[in-house]
Amino acid sequence: MKKKALVAVLTAVALAGTLAACSSGGSSSSASSGTSPKLSNCSNKYVYPKAPEVSVWGWYPNMKLVVDNFNKLHKDVQICWNNVGQGGDEYTKVQTAITAKKGLPDVVMLEADHLATYEIQGALVDISKYGADKVKSNFSAGAWNDVSGAGGAVYAAPVDGGPLALIYRTDIFTKYGITTPPKTWAEYAADAAKVKAAGGPLFGDFGANVPALTMALQIQKGATPFAYSSASPKSIKIDLDDQTSQDVLNYWAGLVANKEVGTADQFTTDYISGVVGGKYATYVSAAWAPGYLTGAGVGKGASSGVWAVAPLPQWSTSKPVQTNWGGSAFAVTNQATDKKLAAEVALGIYADPASLKNGWENQIIFPLNQSVLKSSAFLSNKSTFFSGQTANKDVYVPAENAYKGINYSPLTVYYYAQLQAESTKINQGTETGAQAAATVQASLVKYAKSQGFTVTQ
Amino acid sequence: MANAQPTLVTKSARQSSVGAPPRRSVKSRERRRGRIGWLFIAPFALVFVVFLVAPLAYAFYLSLYTKGLATGGVPVFSGVANYIQAFTDPVFLGGVLFVAHFALVLIPVQMIISLAAALVLDAVVTRFTRFARLMIFLPYAVPAVIGALMWGFLYSPNFGPLTQLFGANAPFPLSPDNVFYGLMNVVTWQWAGYYMIIIYAALRSIDPTLYEAARIDGANAWQVAWRIKVPMVSSALVLILVFALIGTLQFFTEPSILAPVSNGSITLGFTPNIYAFNQAFQYSNVNYASALSFALGIVVFIAVYIFLFATRNRGSFLK
Repeated sequence: MKKKALVAVLTAVALAGTLAACSSGGSSSSASSGTSPKLSNCSNKYVYPKAPEVSVWGWYPNMKLVVDNFNKLHKDVQICWNNVGQGGDEYTKVQTAITAKKGLPDVVMLEADHLATYEIQGALVDISKYGADKVKSNFSAGAWNDVSGAGGAVYAAPVDGGPLALIYRTDIFTKYGITTPPKTWAEYAADAAKVKAAGGPLFGDFGANVPALTMALQIQKGATPFAYSSASPKSIKIDLDDQTSQDVLNYWAGLVANKEVGTADQFTTDYISGVVGGKYATYVSAAWAPGYLTGAGVGKGASSGVWAVAPLPQWSTSKPVQTNWGGSAFAVTNQATDKKLAAEVALGIYADPASLKNGWENQIIFPLNQSVLKSSAFLSNKSTFFSGQTANKDVYVPAENAYKGINYSPLTVYYYAQLQAESTKINQGTETGAQAAATVQASLVKYAKSQGFTVTQ
Repeated sequence: MANAQPTLVTKSARQSSVGAPPRRSVKSRERRRGRIGWLFIAPFALVFVVFLVAPLAYAFYLSLYTKGLATGGVPVFSGVANYIQAFTDPVFLGGVLFVAHFALVLIPVQMIISLAAALVLDAVVTRFTRFARLMIFLPYAVPAVIGALMWGFLYSPNFGPLTQLFGANAPFPLSPDNVFYGLMNVVTWQWAGYYMIIIYAALRSIDPTLYEAARIDGANAWQVAWRIKVPMVSSALVLILVFALIGTLQFFTEPSILAPVSNGSITLGFTPNIYAFNQAFQYSNVNYASALSFALGIVVFIAVYIFLFATRNRGSFLK
C-alpha cells in the first residue's frame, strides 16, 4: 500500500514537472528579451516598436486615440494599452493583482477616491520625484489635493474632473412654470413639490448606487467624512453621522417619501430610458455627464434640444460651496518594471493638446489641465448637448476653480458599499436619513478597527 | 474505481491458478498491475489534487490568518478568530438563512414541476412529445449568465412586458418584497428541464411489464403513476434533491448578474457565496473570505449529510 502511494505521488510529481517545464519555458523565453519583458496582447499598435514599453490600463472611450497620440510623440517609450473594464470592474482586477503581488500594469487609470485605498497597501509609487512637481502648476489646488499624500507625495497625474452641476430639462421646466432653475436646495425642494402637485414627472433621482455623489453632496453642506493622512496611516477620523451628513440624507429621504424624486439606481438601461422618456426633470451630476448621456443615447430624437445646465443648488447663497464627483488620474504601480519610465507615461498620457482637445470636444472628459481650462476655445465653446449654452464658461469652470479637494480615506470601497446599502433602505422607506447615517458610522468604525486602525470619531 | 479493482484481482488470481507460474513472479506481476492502475488514475488524481485539494488546503491556511489595511499587509496568525467572526456575522448568517429558506421553498416546487413534466411526457405519446421534451429542456442549454441577463430585461420596470401588461402599477419582480420569487422563477426556469430529463431517463428504464401487470390487476393511469412510477424513480429524485440542495446553498450566479438591475434589493451579502466573493475582491479581505467559504462548506456538508442520512433507506444513490 505504501509503495502504491509512493508510485502515485511520483507519477503526480512527474506530470506536474512536465507542466511546470512548459510554463517556465514560456516565461524564460520572454524574460530574455531585455530588462522589461516584451508585452503582448496590446489593444494598440506601436509607432516605434523598438522603444521600451510601458503597460497601461484605462477606460476612456477615446483611449485608443490618446495612446496613439502619445506613442507618436515619444520615440523613447511606447504604451501597451488594455481596457480591462470601467470603474468597479477594473478595481476588482487591480485589488486582486495587488493581493497576488503580480499582474498589475505599470500605469493604471484610477479615480481619485480610490488612491488612498491602494496607496495604503503600498501599491502606488510616489511620482513627485519623477517630474510630477513640474506639472503641478498646470492644475487647480483642489485637483492637485485629490492626488496628493502627506509630505508632498503625489500618487497620480490628474486628467479628468467632475465638478457638480444641475442638469435640467427646459421642456419640463417651461411646462410647469419654473422660470429660473433652483439656486438653493430649498428652492429645489419647492420646485419639486410644485411639479408633483401639478401632476408632473419626478423632479430628480436619489440613486442608492451612486454613493460617491451622495458623499459629495454631504461634503457640500460641510461634512468631513474622513480625516486621514498617509503620514500616520494607522489612525483615521470617521465622522459620518454629524448634523450635516444627517441633514443631506434627511433632505433626500423627504423628497423620496413625498414621491417627488425617483429611487432608481443610476447608470442602468432602465434609468437612461427614463431620462430619455422625460421621467426626470433634473439630473444632479458631474461635468462628464453630458458625454456619458450622449453616449447612452440621450439628447437624440425626442430628447434633443431640451437640456440645459445650471450651477449646483446651494445650502447658503452667501457661502456657496462647490464639490466634485469622480474624475480620473493615472498612477504608477509598485509592480512597474521601470518606475521612472512609467512616471513619464503617467504624466504624459492624455496631456498633449491634441488628445485633450479631442476629449473635451467630444465631452468625454472635463479636463483639469489649466492650459485647457483657461483657453478661449474651451471657455467660448457652445455645447451641442446643451443647445449652444456656453456651459464651460458659465457653470463648470467656475465650479472647478472653487473646488477645494476632498480628503479621501483608504476605506472607500467598504464605505461606498455601506452607504449604498443604507441609501437603499432610505429609498424603501424603512430608514430615516439620520438612522442611515448612524448605521453607516457604526459599521465603518467597526470595520476600521478590524483593519487595525486607531479610530477617532 | 471501487468496482474495477476487485475484478482485476480475481482475474489475475484465476490466471495464476491456471497458468501456475512461480509464486514470486505472480507477486511482481500483481505489483506491476497495481502500478499501471495508479497510472490510469494519475490524470484524474493530478487534476483533483491541483484544482481541488491544493486550493482547499491553501484556503484553509489563509483562513487561519488575519491581515488588516493598517497593519502593513503582514498576515498575523489568528487561529479560529475568522470562524468565530463568520458565525457571529449577521450578514453571513442572514445570507445562510436566506439560502436555507430559498432551498426549502424552491426545491419542492422544482421537483413537482419536473416530476409532473416527466410523468406526462412518459405517459402521453404524440408527435409533439419530442418537441415538448426539447422545449422544456432548452432553458438548461442557455448559459446561466445569459439566462439571468435575459430575465433582467424581462423584469425591467421601464420596458419589460409586465409594464406593458399592467401599466404604471406593474409589480417589480426584483423589489425587496418580490426578489425571493423573482429569483425562484429564474432558477426554476433554468433547472426544471434538466431535472425533468433525469427523471424521464429513469422512467424509461422501468420494465413495461410492470405496467401490464398493474393494468391486469385493475390499476388506472393515476395509480400506475403513483404506485409504480414514482417509487421506481425515487433514487433519481434523491439525486436531484442533493444536486438542488448543494446548488441552492451555493447560490451565486443569478443574484450577482441581477444585482445591478435589482435597485439595491440584492445586497453585497445577499447569499454567503456573494458575500465571500465581495470580501475577497472588493474589500481585499482574502483571509476572512476563505473562512467564510469554509464556513459555508461546513454548512453545506452538514445539510447534505443530514439529508442523506434521513433518506438512507430510499433510493440506491450513495449506498
